[in-house]
Amino acid sequence: MARVKRLVLDVLKPHKPNTLEFARAIAASGEGCQVDIQVLEMDEQTETLQVMIEGDSLDFDQISSVIDENGASLHSIDEVSVVGK
Amino acid sequence: MELKQIKILLEISHSEEIMRRYFVVNGFDGALTMLGLLMGFYVSEYVDFTVVITTCLAAALALGMSGVSSAYISEAAERRRTLMELEKAMVTSLDESHHARATTWIPWLVALVNGIAPLLIGLIIISPIWIAHNGMLLALEPLPMAMIVALFIIFLLGVFLGRIGGTFWLWSGLQSLVVALMTVGLIYLLG
Repeated sequence: MARVKRLVLDVLKPHKPNTLEFARAIAASGEGCQVDIQVLEMDEQTETLQVMIEGDSLDFDQISSVIDENGASLHSIDEVSVVGK
Repeated sequence: MELKQIKILLEISHSEEIMRRYFVVNGFDGALTMLGLLMGFYVSEYVDFTVVITTCLAAALALGMSGVSSAYISEAAERRRTLMELEKAMVTSLDESHHARATTWIPWLVALVNGIAPLLIGLIIISPIWIAHNGMLLALEPLPMAMIVALFIIFLLGVFLGRIGGTFWLWSGLQSLVVALMTVGLIYLLG
């Protein structure tokens, strides 16, 4: 099965949890998962983020459920990097 | 619910500060009510300790129930409104999020703290009377002893507020104590 090595996501999230806590929550979803977040836009109640996730084998469902749990919503998958077996 | 989960919900909903405020405000209410009751009994001269204990316990329970119900109703309404506003801003349902869980659980937690504060403080204040009623000797008469405990707790609540607000702890403690002593003085004048 192909392994997902890199994802770039466009995410909208409330101010709480803050970006650092949000990044930690995503990073905790997989071993060796590296998360880089850039805040693109800040509104009164929300912020738009570009979330870059790198790892050996990323579990997209798990990442997606962490995003939902933290009250954020995934707008689009902007980049992917996948390696075949 | 796990402790870690509760911590996340508290952080997301900014509830620690609210709970701390409720604890102090309702705790102060409880302590001052107990002090007022005790002073009322004291100026009435002879009162049976069973009556004192029952009355104080009933008042503490009533304050506890009032604290739980009032805090739950107001907090639940406030949290629902906040969640609705957030869902509107996010243009999506947050049903599966920590925010929705916080809307369900945090009002109960806040209500519990708001109710427990006067109940617990009331029980501590009447403990000298209960101890004396059960035949144990105290350094002072039970009623004055219980009133000293009440004054001490009120002073401690003031100190706690002072530390939170970054003011001099002794000053805020003394401010609370002055309010309590004024209450005692007014009841003494009535008696």
